Amino acid sequence: MSAGAAGQQQQRRRQGSAALRALAALGRATRHLLAAIGHFSRYALLTLMHMLRGPFYLRELGAQLYAIGYLSLPVVGLTALFTGGALALQIYAGGVRFNAEAVVPSIVAIGMVRELGPVMAGLMVAARVASSIAAEIGTMKVTEQLDALVTLSTDPMKYLTVPRVAAATLAVPVLVGVGDAIGIFGGYMVGITRLGFSEVAYLRNTVDFLEFWDVASGLVKGAAFGFIVALTGCYCGMQSGRGAQGVGRATKTAVVASAVMILAANYLLTELFFSA
Amino acid sequence: MIELQNVHKAFGRNQVLKGIDIEVARGESLVVIGGSGTGKSVLIKCILGLVAPDAGRITVDGHDALTAERTAFLARFGMLFQGGALFDSLPVWQNVAFRLLQGRGKRPRDAARDTAIGKLRRVGLKPEVADLMPAELSGGMQKRVGLARAIADDPEIIFFDEPTAGLDPIMSGVINALIREIVDEMGATAITITHDMRSVREIAHKVAMLHGGVIRWHGPVDRIETSGDPYLDQFIHGRADGPIESVR
Ligand SMILES: Nc1ncnc2c1ncn2[C@@H]1O[C@H](COP(=O)(O)OP(=O)(O)OP(=O)(O)O)[C@@H](O)[C@H]1O
Ligand SMILES: [Mg+2]
Repeated sequence: MSAGAAGQQQQRRRQGSAALRALAALGRATRHLLAAIGHFSRYALLTLMHMLRGPFYLRELGAQLYAIGYLSLPVVGLTALFTGGALALQIYAGGVRFNAEAVVPSIVAIGMVRELGPVMAGLMVAARVASSIAAEIGTMKVTEQLDALVTLSTDPMKYLTVPRVAAATLAVPVLVGVGDAIGIFGGYMVGITRLGFSEVAYLRNTVDFLEFWDVASGLVKGAAFGFIVALTGCYCGMQSGRGAQGVGRATKTAVVASAVMILAANYLLTELFFSA
Repeated sequence: MIELQNVHKAFGRNQVLKGIDIEVARGESLVVIGGSGTGKSVLIKCILGLVAPDAGRITVDGHDALTAERTAFLARFGMLFQGGALFDSLPVWQNVAFRLLQGRGKRPRDAARDTAIGKLRRVGLKPEVADLMPAELSGGMQKRVGLARAIADDPEIIFFDEPTAGLDPIMSGVINALIREIVDEMGATAITITHDMRSVREIAHKVAMLHGGVIRWHGPVDRIETSGDPYLDQFIHGRADGPIESVR
């Protein structure tokens, strides 16, 4: 065998082992991901079970409804307002191309209540709430407050997780409803001030074409997103590593994971509700 | 009675406990001493079932720490954590009265608040402190609030993880006397972790020294000076040279 052929063979072997290594890394990553999904699903089931059986901490639930629901109103309202306005401009720009400007009000309304209202509210709540829940519970873990809860005969699942998940599941649909209304109002403002719609025509168009299920489906999505956000925040907080770095990582993971899960769940729910 | 048999615990490759055997009788005050990082805090967390040992058996009056009905098991305990571990979302009095405000033995808020203020006074804190948030307190005050929380429900068994660390000498004396009083007058069983030799002498009936993952020495407090154990001697006199390495 010539020296050149031997070199080639060796190189090929090296490439082969690099490919194997990459494959192994991929396998490992997949295994970790699957394990995490398994853990998370188990945690979700546990949470649901704890929701059915007391003791219930109503004072905590109230505090969380305030923190997650009420305090999220400004940011959800503002994003909805701007989104509704931009939506009206875009639909108008599109509609003009085939003389269909008149659809602006109804498309803004439908787009808002079915899709953008829940998704924007979900994402804003993910940014605001998943992060703060994960940071709070993570810090509690790092400073032994979770251990202290347990020694005081209080189950952290019941005292921390259940009130947060229940509050988010109840509050986000309300936020979606408010966001829908404000978003439609944003479209309305742009419609009458910038696009030359008359007030009456815009409102009539909005109301006439909107169906009950359009709105209801968006609210159901909101409940699902609220559940996802709070659950992810609690899970990441409880899994937090030690020290400030551990809490930082838990917070980041909570936001990223809940945002991705919201978008995935949004697709699945849309498919479920509206596929022909 | 608290009984540990051959308890092992490792975190990854870090073997912390390597076969702990010890018994603590009812009404006894045991003080655990040992170098920083030798696993004293891990030891009491194992007894509470907060950390699951890798091997060995822990029983409290015959009930296994891991399999006993948790609420009833934990209801007998009070615990002061090394870092205080106060709930920073709750004001001081609700921290102290936490157990009184939930669960089976739930009491009216006014009564719970009165109890909390009484316990705060016992650890040398004024009633005004009751409505502050934990973050507004100094480190030593937080420690004492943690102590008040540990004794709030008059538990039968109390663990104190470094109760006097960070306190001035006068306050340390008050706390030592309080712990001794709880044991002597209320018949509680106490395990105290401390680095403070004065606390050892004032609190302990018995002393156990943890070193190298095992109980290196265990005996009555009046024998610590004459134990003849080079490790214990070095430790209680705080000498830099001896069998215990100063870099660990
Ligand atoms: N949750 C944990 N995860 C990983 N390692 C841990 C954990 N808890 C404790 N350890 C390790 O166990 C060892 C003993 O810790 P422990 O807190 O019991 O020490 P200690 O004797 O209480 O020390 P100190 O007197 O400084 O409080 C340390 O090396 C620590 O890093
Ligand atoms: Mg310690």
